[in-house]
Amino acid sequence: MTNRSQLAFLALLFLILLAVPFMGSRYLTELTVQVMIFSLLALSLNILVGHIGLVSFGHAAFFAIGGYATAFFLSRWQLPLGIAMPMAVLLASIFALMIGALCVRLKAIYFAMLTLAFSMLVWGIIIKWKPVTGGDDGFVGIALPQFLSSPQNFYWFTLAVVSISTALMWVLSKSTMGQIFVAIRENETRANFLGVNVRQMQLIGFVLAALFAAVAGSLMSMYLRGMYPQSAFWTQSGHIVISVLLGGVHSFVGPILGASLLYLLEVTIHQYTQYWPLVMGLILIIVVLVLPEGLIGLFRKLYTSVRRE
Amino acid sequence: MAFLEITDATKKFGGFLAINAVTFCVERGARHAIIGPNGAGKTTLFNLISGLILPTTGSITLEGKRLAKKKPHEIVQIGMARSFQKVNVFPRKTAFENVQVALIASRKLQYNPFRGAAELFRDEIMELLEQVKLGADSERRAGELAHGKQKQLELAVALAAEPKILLLDEPTAGMSIAETLSSIALIRDIVQERGITLLFTEHDMNVVFEIASTISVLHHGEIIATGLPQEIRVNDDVQRIYLGRE
Repeated sequence: MTNRSQLAFLALLFLILLAVPFMGSRYLTELTVQVMIFSLLALSLNILVGHIGLVSFGHAAFFAIGGYATAFFLSRWQLPLGIAMPMAVLLASIFALMIGALCVRLKAIYFAMLTLAFSMLVWGIIIKWKPVTGGDDGFVGIALPQFLSSPQNFYWFTLAVVSISTALMWVLSKSTMGQIFVAIRENETRANFLGVNVRQMQLIGFVLAALFAAVAGSLMSMYLRGMYPQSAFWTQSGHIVISVLLGGVHSFVGPILGASLLYLLEVTIHQYTQYWPLVMGLILIIVVLVLPEGLIGLFRKLYTSVRRE
Repeated sequence: MAFLEITDATKKFGGFLAINAVTFCVERGARHAIIGPNGAGKTTLFNLISGLILPTTGSITLEGKRLAKKKPHEIVQIGMARSFQKVNVFPRKTAFENVQVALIASRKLQYNPFRGAAELFRDEIMELLEQVKLGADSERRAGELAHGKQKQLELAVALAAEPKILLLDEPTAGMSIAETLSSIALIRDIVQERGITLLFTEHDMNVVFEIASTISVLHHGEIIATGLPQEIRVNDDVQRIYLGRE
């Protein structure tokens, strides 16, 4: 997709999202909030997967840290939202800096495994550190600021945060930094011999991806009025990777499509059967076998074949 | 003090002595060729100089600055650019973007997440592409260009870093005779015009004698002779070992 058509898509999407609360369905409004949060999460991972070419299987760790930290700062320290949320995001970014510094030394599958290991470490800490995290039961009962207590207002707040984050990631993807990220994905050695410190740039990308994941986690904890250990579990990380692959890694909007479709499918299929993971497995097989470029690739193919006729 | 000095550089791979106590200098503005039969260690020597691998012992300095312990990206920042024997471009990026990435890196704009890249440096990029005769191919993906054109693109990418010294590993490898001839002319003109010091390896003797102002002969990881082209041509050792005459 060209830049223009992607921007047109994003603009259209934004207009639709503006209209959702006026459609009169509370269920739809709440569902859309979740879809927006998961889209943001998938977009954040795509900084790593799509741009830099590093597949992390531990991305959920930063989603969880962002969520738990927001919950903790709001409820235990009773900080105002305007301080609690940025602090949570900052905390997750600092964790990402430390974890990332170790992970980017490794390549491909070893990188993926180490990120997985660290995220499980985070999960383990969440389970065991009951006084702070609530352990198995999760962190229940977040004290939300008054203005976010109505579903309508929370919707507007989510829309604003997700839109700003998406705009920032768009700018990043078209920036000089974004170009260097893609260069690293394409040919690490060549980038290195152009004077690029590859490890350092990968670390910067890792931290930026974690930062936006933490924003998503922060929103999720406030939406759920709590945060639960499953959010850091490796299956959650796998879920994000599948969202990104399903949408298509080589375009900006792909992960939004992937995350939305996957989540809507999950919600729908859960109404009929408990075997959602089975369906997700099938989706993954289809993507890997016939849709290597994801939904975006499929649309592109359809578009070219229609034009040819 | 010479421009580029390699002193007693040795590289061991396990028990194998790939580079053995190599010492030579490259003068500023020279077009210095490293020749030698296959397996002589030419590429290994290049990898040592450009920081891809560390020497076991010995020192390498550029304008007096030590290179031997530095990372490749630091060596590039000091002023050395290199190409690779196997074509090494960003295949999914266009020719234009390939050069743009090089410029972004040399101006250290990779740390800026807000500066839009789209049309950045257009004039400069087009000038570089014109110079290597790729002006008409700027919007084509690098991976789709013919082999010879990819080599030309590599040259433009290397030049974008505004290097003081350019290392070209087999710049005409895999080219047809016609491509080779035009490539040589191009390389010679560009390094002369820009005053870049050139260090290159080459298997084609015609190319070597066409471009080089100095030649070093590498054999079994050792430099057996360094001199002017006409000296190397008549050197007995070189004729015996390299040109295969008994």
